[in-house]
Amino acid sequence: MTDISWIDSAITSARPQAIAALLRYFRDLDTAEEAFQEACLRALKNWPKNGPPRDPAAWLILVGRNVALDGARRMKKQTELPDEDQLSDLEDTESNLVESLDSADYRDDLLRLLFICCHPELPNTQQIALALRIVSGLTVKQIARAFLVGEAAMEQRITRAKARIAKADVPFETPGAPERAERLATVSAMIYLVFNEGYSASGETVEARSQLCEEAIRLARLLLRLFPSEPEVMGLTALLLLQHSRMPARYDANGAIVLLEEQDRSLWNRTLIDEGLALVDKAFRHRTPGPYQLQAAIAALHSRAAKASDTDWQEIEVLYTMLEQIQPSPVVTLNKSVASSKVHGAAAALEIIEPLAEKLKGYFHFYGVRGAYLMQLGRNAEAREAFDRAIALANSAQEAAHIRMHLDRLKAEAEGKG
Amino acid sequence: MLYAILCYHSEDLVNTWSKEQDDAVLARLKAVRMKLTEEGRMGPAARLMGTTAAVTLRKGREHVVVDGPFAETKEQLLGFYVVECRDLQHAIETAREMARANDTGGAYEIRPLRVYHPPALAAGAGAPAGQSTLSSMGRAQ
Repeated sequence: MTDISWIDSAITSARPQAIAALLRYFRDLDTAEEAFQEACLRALKNWPKNGPPRDPAAWLILVGRNVALDGARRMKKQTELPDEDQLSDLEDTESNLVESLDSADYRDDLLRLLFICCHPELPNTQQIALALRIVSGLTVKQIARAFLVGEAAMEQRITRAKARIAKADVPFETPGAPERAERLATVSAMIYLVFNEGYSASGETVEARSQLCEEAIRLARLLLRLFPSEPEVMGLTALLLLQHSRMPARYDANGAIVLLEEQDRSLWNRTLIDEGLALVDKAFRHRTPGPYQLQAAIAALHSRAAKASDTDWQEIEVLYTMLEQIQPSPVVTLNKSVASSKVHGAAAALEIIEPLAEKLKGYFHFYGVRGAYLMQLGRNAEAREAFDRAIALANSAQEAAHIRMHLDRLKAEAEGKG
Repeated sequence: MLYAILCYHSEDLVNTWSKEQDDAVLARLKAVRMKLTEEGRMGPAARLMGTTAAVTLRKGREHVVVDGPFAETKEQLLGFYVVECRDLQHAIETAREMARANDTGGAYEIRPLRVYHPPALAAGAGAPAGQSTLSSMGRAQ
């Protein structure tokens, strides 16, 4: 690895902690970001010459803070602080700072930084864009590419989101236990959003968007290091790892989505699966099942099946029943019905989803799944009707193409009989 | 004499490596390992999952399992090698070779082995983790 790429990853990995600490000092996101940028420029000059500091984050925080204070003092025509060439040799200064960044502060700093990106007034896409820009340090260009919008439009979107946050009250006092738990849940949801934004990619956007999945995993791991005993954070991290492990098998040569049951499982990433399974194991020791843990456990059962036909659908049905109790939603019930169809047959599954018709009447997957059950039961006319509705509601050409395949089969069958 | 070379590095940093960067480091380290193997000096070696995957059994009157690594440190134990070396100087030289292959920061702790039990596991062993998970979840219900 060359020096420059080493410096690059050192800066990237120090970024969340450094920005979070600078935000605590300056209580202003723009000032914190500018101070960090300036510190990075100095790092690029200083580190190749003097060697990397022992603690890159502490160095960047110290230099960033001094630079910003220095700027403020210069404006008041006061004396400058010593420059960072000297500072980096002062082991004492560095270790003092590290001490002052005690782990509780560090944890709340980072949680606060993540939390302000989740401001309830910000729409999901802005939350994601903001987290990627501020916490992960992706460039506006990279984010714009992932969202398929122009750079100027993305720049504007981020500026607007920041302005909204600046007006909002960001709480800087140390959060109490209930607030901390609430923030943790909000931040977890935001990380999951970032992941899904990448995971739902198809066609030409796959490459640009899979970076979002990796960023989300990095954020989840970071959160887990801050809160090492939170089973739901373990569950979230495991869920992302297990889903991302299938990435290499999720698209065919034309970029079309390959369904789970038809994926070439030899392409799944074993390293990610093993880590995901280890985290599910750890989480379950706590015996406090939550939505992320249950979804991770379901993903784990798919990961453990060497062939699609080895899948333990019975256990998956049990887990979905638990998920339904903890977090009732028509979509969870719809997903559960898929497991039920494997265990008890299509008639039972159809019965489960019948009551969902009203709530899910605008939902593509509802009609896709319903059509599939009807087709299995030989109720072809009704199946065709459901598939027609599905096509009308499809969110992408790939989804529509998949349903059309079923319709073609029904048509071929009908013609065969006729 | 056998020496353990313990690899410490910031896992936050290692987590930011792209697949290409990670692969490049591994390929260079593999070359060092191959050389040690040819010289008949290479013992067991492993790369560990991140500390987020760790739990620690704290011994006491009651043994308590806590989440996370044994010690919260700036740099984490991320892997190790066991290598045959003539003496300390030779061990340091070997660690230097590894450092040249993975010049990204971090540290190698060099510790002579006091007792060595050769592995009984075949290469490539290791069943996937977590077979017991779901029955325990069932009980949680």
